[in-house]
Amino acid sequence: MNLRAKNPVSYTLESTLESVNMAEQKAHEIACKWGFAEDAQHHIAMAVREAAVNAVLHGNAYDPNKKFFVAYNMTSDALVITITDQGKGLDPASIPDPLAPENLMKTSGRGIFLIRSFMDEVRIRKLDPGTEITLVKHVGREATKSKEE
Amino acid sequence: MTLKSNTRQVDGITIVDLNGRITLGEGSVKLRDTIRDLMGKGRNKILLNLGEVTYIDSSGIGELVSAFTTVRKEGGELKLLNLTKKVHDLLQITKLYTVFDVKDDETAALQSFAK
Repeated sequence: MNLRAKNPVSYTLESTLESVNMAEQKAHEIACKWGFAEDAQHHIAMAVREAAVNAVLHGNAYDPNKKFFVAYNMTSDALVITITDQGKGLDPASIPDPLAPENLMKTSGRGIFLIRSFMDEVRIRKLDPGTEITLVKHVGREATKSKEE
Repeated sequence: MTLKSNTRQVDGITIVDLNGRITLGEGSVKLRDTIRDLMGKGRNKILLNLGEVTYIDSSGIGELVSAFTTVRKEGGELKLLNLTKKVHDLLQITKLYTVFDVKDDETAALQSFAK
């Protein structure tokens, strides 16, 4: 019996910074619980925080009438985290490259880049309405360049 | 954990000792307000001591960039001191490590400011 696959945890959260902190903290706890190394725990928590900030700030625009949803699921070889908001939807192709010289000194725009840096796989899906971002971290593997489906 | 700051003056340079998290919300606002206050007082030689900064998110990085740009625009200097591994790695990944003047020794950092 694969206990990990039977232990998904999900939350429906208010569009607040307190919820972002909670999502980040929970990610850290779950990553620790499932035996990820300390660096990986930090990277997973950071990636979830960035995704949650995007959901609250850019997706739901702090609208108290909109929620965001976080689901943590440990499979046999990976931690899969999905963050979904109810905003206007994100087009991944529209995200500028923060490493481009013209963007390097901008004060925002690094969230998705950091998520991709820290996770093994990242999938962004535009919903109607909203955006769903799926973050995958494999057990026992160095973070590789993330792939987007 | 909220961001705490303490400022001290050494040889005309303001050292800002930061402690905690520089993240979207209280932390980033605290940093922004601190820089704004210093610039308002004409203190445009600033050394940010990040030795006790445990966490920084992309908003915190944005705030550092904003501080750097603001101080430079007013003819001042802003440098970073004592980066933790986490902050160091983030600045490396985002290619900002070479933008900032990063120091690991306070005395050397103070001496590096233009007289």
